[in-house]
Formats: sequence, structure tokens, C-alpha cells
Amino acid sequence: MKTVDLVVIGSGAAGMAAAVEAKKNGVDDILILEKEERLGGILNQCIHNGFGLTEFKEELTGPEYLQRFVDQVKELKIPYKLNSQVIDLSKDKVVTYSNKEDGLVKIQAKAIVMATGCYERNAGAIMLPGDRCSGVITAGTAQRYLNINGLMVGKRIVILGSGDIGLIMARRLTLEGAKVLCVSELMPYSAGLNRNIQQCLIDFNIPLYLSRTVSKVVGKNGRLEKVILSAVDDKLQIIPGTEMEFECDTLILSVGLIPYISLLNYIDCPTSSTRGAVVNQYMETMVDGIFTAGNCLHVHDVVDFVSDEARLAGRSAALYLQNKINNSENKINIKPGNGLSYVLPQFILENSLEDIVIKFRVRRPVQDQIVWIKSGETVIMKQIKPVMIPSEMVMIKIAKDKLVGIKEDIVVSLEDR
Amino acid sequence: MKELTCIVCPRGCRLKVDDNMEVTGNTCPRGKIYAINELTHPTRTITSSVRVSNRPYTLVSVKTDKPVPKDKMFEVMKEIDKISVEAPTRIGQIVLANVLGTDSNVVITKDID
Repeated sequence: MKTVDLVVIGSGAAGMAAAVEAKKNGVDDILILEKEERLGGILNQCIHNGFGLTEFKEELTGPEYLQRFVDQVKELKIPYKLNSQVIDLSKDKVVTYSNKEDGLVKIQAKAIVMATGCYERNAGAIMLPGDRCSGVITAGTAQRYLNINGLMVGKRIVILGSGDIGLIMARRLTLEGAKVLCVSELMPYSAGLNRNIQQCLIDFNIPLYLSRTVSKVVGKNGRLEKVILSAVDDKLQIIPGTEMEFECDTLILSVGLIPYISLLNYIDCPTSSTRGAVVNQYMETMVDGIFTAGNCLHVHDVVDFVSDEARLAGRSAALYLQNKINNSENKINIKPGNGLSYVLPQFILENSLEDIVIKFRVRRPVQDQIVWIKSGETVIMKQIKPVMIPSEMVMIKIAKDKLVGIKEDIVVSLEDR
Repeated sequence: MKELTCIVCPRGCRLKVDDNMEVTGNTCPRGKIYAINELTHPTRTITSSVRVSNRPYTLVSVKTDKPVPKDKMFEVMKEIDKISVEAPTRIGQIVLANVLGTDSNVVITKDID
């Protein structure tokens, strides 16, 4: 069996950043495996702009952003294989992939970075009520049809869910001549970024209905004919008598993304409430030598942060291959306290080699908060945040010397000022 | 007093502009520039994709290299719709110069070999 020091699974914003960083940190024997016919992952279909402001200090489209990484991969001569689907993974890091040229191949990796991205929740996942007709499609699929294949998905469109992809598609489809009737959001606040509400909805007079969801899909003759939206109460239950009818041919679902980690499930890798793997501060999973980053760890709102997180995974894989990460160090758990939906990493190994970055999301929009990072009664850090919303990941850096002597679980929680 | 959402970066600051064009609520200088532009001559960058004539079933993505006036977005889209290019394409390659006299060029945003 062929042996490779580092296998990177996926060549999107995370995979390429991890591979480049590993190479820069002394790993020479790398292989990137990509299932699609070109490098770049989902960025290939994200033709809108707004990427790269942190990473490159300029505003780029998705394809331009990914090309910056492709250029680095090629310049550093990092080998990659396209059209290569990884179909199996073992705990001792044997990676099985297949493609047309090589057939079915097993390779022994010494370290692995999982960078497999995420997938979309669909009609089944949200138990969409009503007829099962054509014309119901997820936002990312509509984006692929339009931007990669040049196909319009419909003419009169309702969008369920105010996630960023749905908002971006509202603008894109409007500019291409479709009528987007409205965006309906179950929660009392938007799941998308403020800027996208402005430039994708308000710019085009597309109404956003909050606390409202699809109560019925109607399509008796095979194709969607109308959707009925109803208001929901504070327990998210439909309120009878609040129906609004929209005649339309297409319902686009932008109702959430889920880390894609079926390979990690094969090896019983522990996962967390983000639906990604449990990781330490090195982005290493509970399986020795398997690292992960990007949207397959937790779904990000900004790609620049994906690349940054993946660099940590790539750098850590290099440290691991140089035997510098000691997995037998004491583990200290990090737990989400009051007001948080999750926190990453879920644990840290003592004697950290680097400063650590705590990442979390709040459960609901909040203002004037104190973020406490405590271990028992010891305050590791206290930070004031004027505004936090669920759609924006919060990051707080902790210097490694502040963690010296910390033994008890660390809890990150919010308190009103 | 006007209230705006800044679209310069993902942070999306809530901006306030008073009658003397004094901007508050911005957390960086770009927000101030955005607010004044938005109230005097609002502009947007357009992104789309165009046909690649010598590759079957292939599109290549494009953008306006400068933002165009907001009220010309749909007209610019009509001009973009007429474009067809030949591969190979390179990022930054101009495929339509000075679209509708806006001083903005439509440029390729994806390398196709």
C-alpha cells in the first residue's frame, strides 16, 4: 500500500488552505483528494462578491478567492487528484478513494485533514407539509443550476429560510428576470447577514416575513402551484387563520447547513452539537492524527474564517507528523454556558503550543453582554460585546500563558451588563 | 437622519447619517464612504456568468470591476446577457469595456484552461 504523510480530503476553502499551510510547515508528502472535476469546492458556484476582505484585504468573488489558493497549491507543487471520491476511512488512517484512472485505491496516511464541507437541509429534513411535487429545491442546488449550468429554476419564486445562500439567490434570480415574491423565516430574526438583507432583499423590494413558515405546499399536477405561509407563535407553532397564499412555480429552501462527516461516522469519531467532530485546540479529532476544519467542523458565515481555521489544522498536522503534539496531555473540557449554542474547541490539551481561539455562536440576538471565560471560580478572560447575533460567529483569542495551571472545565457564558 | 445597513463587509454595521452628512455607527472608514455614496449616488457591483462558446455546457463567471449605478443594474444585466467568450479565460480579462458608459468594465472572474 502506498504511504502518504498527509492526506487532505476536499479541496475547498478549507482543504487548500490546510494543504498549503502544512507544506509551508515542512510537510512535503501531501495528497489532496477532490471529488469534483476542479479544485475549489463550493466556491466555484459562489460567483457573488464579498469574499476575501480579511484574508486578502480586498473584495473578491468566490472563484477569484479560490484561485488565490489554487495558485499557491500549484506554486508549492502540492499533488492533488480530481474526480476522486473518498469512499472509506479507517481508524488507522487508511484512505480508500476511487476515480476513473486509478480505479479503487487504498493509501496509508500518517495524518489526515478532513475538509469535506457541509450539505443542505432539505424538504424531508424540515418535514415540509403538503404535496411532494417538483419545483421544491434547495438554495445551493438552485445556485449550482444557475451559475454553473446556466439553467433557471423558475419564474415565480418563494424562498423559505433567510440563510445567506437563500438571500444571495433572491438577488441573483431577480437580476436574471425571475420574480421573487418573498422570503419567509421561521424565527423572529434573520439567519443571514445584515448586509445581505440590505443588498439582496431591500435593494429589490423583496419582502422578508419573520416568524412565518410554509404551512402547505400545493402542487396537484406534478409541479408546484402555490405555497401557503402561516405565522408562528413563540413556540414556533402555526397560528391558524394567518395564512398567506403565493402562486408560484418554485420554492427555494435555505433552511440550514449540516457538516458533512459521513467518513468520520465510519470510524466512530465523537461528534458534538455542531454535528461536526469534537476537536481540541489543534483541530484534532478524538481519533489520533485526524484533523478537521471548515464547514465540516461547524458551519461558518465567512469563508475567510474557514481558511484561517484550516491553516491551524494544516499547521497542527505538521506538528503532529513531527511528534510535537502530545495527545497524552491532560484534557480540559470547554463547555457552552448561558446564552451559547455551541463553543469550539470542545477541549484543550494542557501545555498548549499556541494561543487558542475560542469560537462560539449565541442562541439569540443579544446586546450589551459580558462574555465570561471561567474555569471554576478562576476568570481566564472577560470581554464586553455590544451586539452579538446567531448568524455571526464570535471569536475570542486566549494567550496560552493564561491557561497555565487551569485544571477544571472551562465554561464560556454570557451575562447582561 | 437616515439609517442604513453597511454592505462593505460581513459585519453589516448600522449607520446613521444626519442632515449635515455626518456618519455615525461605522466601525471603519469605509463605512463612512459607503454611507455618503449610498445617499448621493448608490452603486452596486454586479456579478453574473456568461457563455463560453468553444466549451459545451460551460459558463464562466464575470463581474463589473467597479460598482455601477444602482438604477442601472438591470440594464447592465441585459448587456452581460449578450456576451459570449472563448476559452481559455483568465481572471481580470475584460470582456465588455465601459459598460453603458458607466466607466466600469465587465471582467472574467474564473480561470478556464
